Amino acid sequence: MSGAFTLEGARTLFYKEVLRFWKVSFQTVAAPVLTAVMYLLIFGHTLEAHVKVYGTIGYTAFLIPGLVMMSVLQNAFANSSSSLIQSKITGNLVFLLVTPLSHWAWFAAYVGAAVIRGLVVGLGVLVVTVWFSPPGLAEPFWIIAFAVLGAGIMGTLGLVAGLWAEKFDQIAAFQNFIIMPMTFLSGVFYSIHSLPPLWQGVSHANPFFYMIDGFRRGFFGVSDVSPWTSLAIVGVCFIALASLALELLRRGYKIRS
Amino acid sequence: MQSTPPAISFQNVSKTYRGGQVRALDGVSFDIQPGEFFGLLGPNGAGKTSLISILAGLARASGGSVKVLGHDVIDDYAAARKALGIVPQELVFDPFFSVRETLRIQSGYFGVHNNDAWIDELLTNLGLADKAHANMRQLSGGMKRRVLVAQALVHRPPVIVLDEPTAGVDVELRQTLWQFVARLNREGHTVLLTTHYLEEAEALCHRIAMLKLGKIVALDSTSELLKGTASTMLRFKTDAALPASLAGQSRVTGRIVQITAHDATEVETILATLRSAGVPIEDLEIGRADLEDVFIEIMQGATA
Repeated sequence: MSGAFTLEGARTLFYKEVLRFWKVSFQTVAAPVLTAVMYLLIFGHTLEAHVKVYGTIGYTAFLIPGLVMMSVLQNAFANSSSSLIQSKITGNLVFLLVTPLSHWAWFAAYVGAAVIRGLVVGLGVLVVTVWFSPPGLAEPFWIIAFAVLGAGIMGTLGLVAGLWAEKFDQIAAFQNFIIMPMTFLSGVFYSIHSLPPLWQGVSHANPFFYMIDGFRRGFFGVSDVSPWTSLAIVGVCFIALASLALELLRRGYKIRS
Repeated sequence: MQSTPPAISFQNVSKTYRGGQVRALDGVSFDIQPGEFFGLLGPNGAGKTSLISILAGLARASGGSVKVLGHDVIDDYAAARKALGIVPQELVFDPFFSVRETLRIQSGYFGVHNNDAWIDELLTNLGLADKAHANMRQLSGGMKRRVLVAQALVHRPPVIVLDEPTAGVDVELRQTLWQFVARLNREGHTVLLTTHYLEEAEALCHRIAMLKLGKIVALDSTSELLKGTASTMLRFKTDAALPASLAGQSRVTGRIVQITAHDATEVETILATLRSAGVPIEDLEIGRADLEDVFIEIMQGATA
């Protein structure tokens, strides 16, 4: 199939993907915001008086950026993966398969919409939680860079999972056995400096750790590793996953027989 | 002077599944000329849907090539797909959107924006005008089928492919659909139709190809196909079982029996056989064979 780089039709697919989640925003935006607020209330209330991070930062303030980023990542993944698997299973993917959209257009639209959903939910979590303990705004560039790149990675991973999966069960397994553990073990709820050396080493092998650490840097101006290192690792992950997704789309993996 | 390419060209198309164990298409070659109303017939499993899927880009041929108005469906897929409007066989829809949203989105995929005038015309012609703002989930099966047709036509494709569009739909929709598609054909659109309703194919198609086990077993104009095979049909009612010598060449629907004959002598032989077997018959009619008879004869005779 032609590898021509053309984005014709991508705008419509992007619009359709955004409209799709927006039409059920109670489920796709409000529900994850509420979940994040629950985490903050429970963990913040329990640990605020006992834990200080980086010496001076209160636990609730520390937790907020982690919860925001966790919401961004999980919702970006959910958007592209659920849309694709639903279209495959209900059969309406045929309307897209018969169009002239290139694999670049598919990628840009699905990942673009996933980034928007991730950012909308993340912003919702931030707006609701920031009143509990404002975390500051030390280096905003990192906030934007890691939010967009992290959502891009997860939107791409959702696209790959959606192409690979043949039933909802497999997407749920991907979410519960890969995405969820890697997010929870990435430092959303703690600084990895509080871990034993062995587990600090293991955390460094988790790309989610760099996304959350870099994102948090934007709020506090301090991080477990240099934000440039995190940016490089996250950037390489995105390029690798994007290359995989584009190749699967170009070949019509599991969508064209 | 450069000649106009065929609307659709299949050249030696083959398709195998399961590592070559199943051969769905075996060297299929034919062209459909611009402006034709072309029928593709065959029993279930003959390879019709495989051929349409390859044409639409839903599947890839194992060998051969397919072109739409001269554009290869692999190497030049964007131009090929822009020229095609496909009405899929399955009744599928996106439950998130209204009818108008569905059509606007489908139009946008083809780079056609601000297309509401044509969308309104489609809605009117397909009897969907009062459903424009209804969610797809709220529509009946027949209405959903109309939307499928509108989706296929929304980018004004010169080549229209209808894959069993009237399967399980009521008479009103059939008539609305055929009037509209016949109008589009008169206006110059090429139409490729697959159907199990042979009377539709006989009434609408200029030429017909018949597929069996992945091979073309007949390809001719509809009139030539009707001329070239059994030309007489006996039709009668009976409650009795037919003699074994006639059972193989008969089509039985409840009490109604239809038997094809090549000439008057064969008609006499059939009647004599029925008489000697003591089969009581009512309402005997002797008429011209229709496409269904031709189809059965070709399918029984083909050794593909």
